Amino acid sequence: MADTPEPTSALPFFRTQFGLDERSLATVLETAFERPIDHADLFFEYTTQDSVSLEEGIVKSGSRHLEQGVGVRAQVGERQGYAYSDEITVERLRLAASTARAIAEGTARQRAVAVGGQGAPVHNLYPLAQAPTEVAVAKKVALLDAVDVYARRIDPRITQVMASLVAQHRQLLIVASDGTLVGDVQPLVRLNVQIIATDAAGQKREIGYQGMGGRYELEQLLDPEAWKPLVDEAARLALLNLDAQPCPAGTMDVVLGPGWPGILLHEAIGHGLEGDFNRKGTSAFSGRMGERVAAPGVTVVDDGTLPNRRGSLNVDDEGTPTQRTVLIEDGVLVGYLQDRLNARLMGMKPTGNGRRESYAHLPMPRMTNTFMLAGNDDPEDILRSVEHGIYAVSLGGGQVDITSGKFVFSVNEAYRIEQGRLGSPLKGATLIGNGPDVLQRVSRIGHDLELDRGVGVCGKDGQSVPVGVGLPTIRVDGLTVGGTEG
Amino acid sequence: MTTNGADLLELALARVLAEGAASADAVLVESDVLEARVRGREIDFVKQAREQTLGIRSFVEGSKGLRCAITSSSDLRAETVARIAEECVALARAIAPDPVAGLPEDGFAREIPDLSLFAPGEHPFSVDDRIQSARQAEAAARAADVRVTNSEGSQVGSDYSRIVYATSSGFVGEYRTASHSLFSEPIVSQNGDMQRDYWLTVGRSLSSLEDPAQVGRRAAERALRRLGARRIPTCEVPVIFDPLTAPSLLGHLVQCVNGYAVYRGASFLAGRLDEAIASEQVTVIDDGRLPGGLGSKPFDAEGQPTRRNVVIERGRLASYLLDSYSARKLELKTTGNAGRSVASAPRAMPTNLWLEPGSLSLEDIIGGTPRGLLVTELIGMGFNPVTGDYSQGAVGFWIEAGEIVHPVHEVTIAGHLGDMLSSIDAIGNDLLWLGRVAAPSLRVARMTVAGD
Repeated sequence: MADTPEPTSALPFFRTQFGLDERSLATVLETAFERPIDHADLFFEYTTQDSVSLEEGIVKSGSRHLEQGVGVRAQVGERQGYAYSDEITVERLRLAASTARAIAEGTARQRAVAVGGQGAPVHNLYPLAQAPTEVAVAKKVALLDAVDVYARRIDPRITQVMASLVAQHRQLLIVASDGTLVGDVQPLVRLNVQIIATDAAGQKREIGYQGMGGRYELEQLLDPEAWKPLVDEAARLALLNLDAQPCPAGTMDVVLGPGWPGILLHEAIGHGLEGDFNRKGTSAFSGRMGERVAAPGVTVVDDGTLPNRRGSLNVDDEGTPTQRTVLIEDGVLVGYLQDRLNARLMGMKPTGNGRRESYAHLPMPRMTNTFMLAGNDDPEDILRSVEHGIYAVSLGGGQVDITSGKFVFSVNEAYRIEQGRLGSPLKGATLIGNGPDVLQRVSRIGHDLELDRGVGVCGKDGQSVPVGVGLPTIRVDGLTVGGTEG
Repeated sequence: MTTNGADLLELALARVLAEGAASADAVLVESDVLEARVRGREIDFVKQAREQTLGIRSFVEGSKGLRCAITSSSDLRAETVARIAEECVALARAIAPDPVAGLPEDGFAREIPDLSLFAPGEHPFSVDDRIQSARQAEAAARAADVRVTNSEGSQVGSDYSRIVYATSSGFVGEYRTASHSLFSEPIVSQNGDMQRDYWLTVGRSLSSLEDPAQVGRRAAERALRRLGARRIPTCEVPVIFDPLTAPSLLGHLVQCVNGYAVYRGASFLAGRLDEAIASEQVTVIDDGRLPGGLGSKPFDAEGQPTRRNVVIERGRLASYLLDSYSARKLELKTTGNAGRSVASAPRAMPTNLWLEPGSLSLEDIIGGTPRGLLVTELIGMGFNPVTGDYSQGAVGFWIEAGEIVHPVHEVTIAGHLGDMLSSIDAIGNDLLWLGRVAAPSLRVARMTVAGD
């Protein structure tokens, strides 16, 4: 990019599209305040999402989805009233504001509302020359065709290639009763490749999946230097798994590879440190601030300010600038992830983690990019240190029970380790552990921190948001591996 | 704005045809939604809205078939509708022609039967009454035992939807649905052990829901019995799934009998029609016309009449789930299982799909199990439809000599879905509808449990 554009405010867009100005917005917030409440805010969204997908050698479908709407929220104490509408007019806004107010009505102090400012965010993490939804569809179709041709040449056992390219352009504007007026324009792109391989006898089939993306120019994905390694990797996984042996069952030492296996942190630690669960006392980590929850040397952060990352944001969905929050420092629990409501109720500061799927959803504390800082160990040494265990290189999804702390994640590429040597590839399996103690059993930390390729989707309470994770190679002493071989 | 749905669809279709599309369809979904949660004695949140979304699919003639694209919008201003109609055709022109693409040629629904998906007398409902239900469930859960110390709350949901669908070939149909739910999730603690569990009720009418206080009490009972959970040694034993966990096995089956997974070769059941794939005790039905069913609809997302399909008949794979596209790919007929979100192309989806109940109670099944694991909750995404490999985190109870001995957690269960279906050796009489897919308690003869 020749020059870096200024951070974009979405305010001019909403002003011209929907005739909104500071005065009409203040009026709406005052309607929400006709009866006394603690906080009120408006969340305007206009999102365009494009996708094209390929299977059986042809790009079979293309789609474009426009989503617009506004959510009005009123808070009193712990109570929240929320009303949303997919029509953005001052009349609908006032109606929604009265609904939200009526829902939340209570005993707090009444305030006058002043709204002003240019609305540009503090950070400028994803300046783009061109919105990904403005790139010509023919270029996207050509990319998927090229992926298909390239993939099928890798190996004759490749029998199916599925690929899709998704581009999102999300414009939002947040106006709050404390005077907040901030907008953001958030691009997001993603390329997915799934490859099915069938063995020579036509009996066994396996699938390999890879994806990449972030808040960057779609043109970057069109570069063969970017997508060829991704396709190679998906093909390698599908072919590798054709020869995979059944995975062992039981508790053993596990080495996790760098990058996406950071999903371990997301499930085992991250969710349990979200402010809502801790304010309510429903997390296995509740009341454990200042305690040792991980081995010495383990430092875990959540950082929404990494340029161009999938999990990054200039501002969260409540208008708070994102930041780097240390969750665990040298093994000790030091931080929670907060939105405004839970920060206020816990007497803490918001951390820029108030996120929502869309205008149709209430914000909640959510992660951004969550990762463990690098240690000093050589990854090869870590593998050599294991007598009997597995090396988990590539993972699928995970899940956690916040209250009991039990979490799972599934492994897509793994190898047996015997006497420090890598053995045969293993079939996928679920690994299970206990969040509050798994990181206490981290015995080695590699110097090879990697962030994932930009594919994470986090689900909570029915809402999905894009996130990132990262991890150096680590050794965990004693995780339960859910294979089939006793 | 109350739109006359059919008029709006006609406008959109006319515009798409005027732009040069050979054929098209369009769908409009309007919903009124309410969600509210009570936690302790306080309202946590109340959320209300009216939503509407229009989706347009156009087919443009190509050299070797039709080119297909979809556009959708929640902005229904006339100029936006015109714009997304134009964009839909422009987008289709950039897509490859597909010899199999297109609307169904015939077989459209001629009548729209009343499937009791909507109780007119209950609409509009009182928001306060619904919040009151959540309060009753929450109070009952909290009062059930002194060890109930906290909760994630009790939540109600109600939505009313109107679905209008039209094709350029002249089909127009619409229907209304309602759905109501109540969910309670208490937290119990004792000696530093903290556990949660839930119970819920879901129905097409308010009057079909379980008593709120009973929902709260059952949720509390389920959480209480988890206190003192421990791990067990790694073993191979029979595994019993209860009516809350057994449907997930059918959910995995659905992924594998989906026509799209079958023609792509992305299912371990591809090419196995008419083969024995499950134990003879297993019969699985999909029926889109169950009165009041949570997956019922008079016509599918392509205007085809819904119907009853036998998916597995006494262990034999009798039918895949198909829409018209996947049916043409497999040289079969659609099974009336097209489903779609407004923003996506139709896909094959289950309507109401269930495993036929047997005659045993869950207690009978446990009583007939010398040593095994009863599973009451599963976590994770450890199923691979391409290979059938299965591995999930599990919570439940250890069984010795036909009796529950203690609660279990932090273990996994693993096997292969094909082997699991083939070794189902006991089926319960306790079918419970909490969604579109339901199954009674059932026992799989042998699985690997990984623990200590």
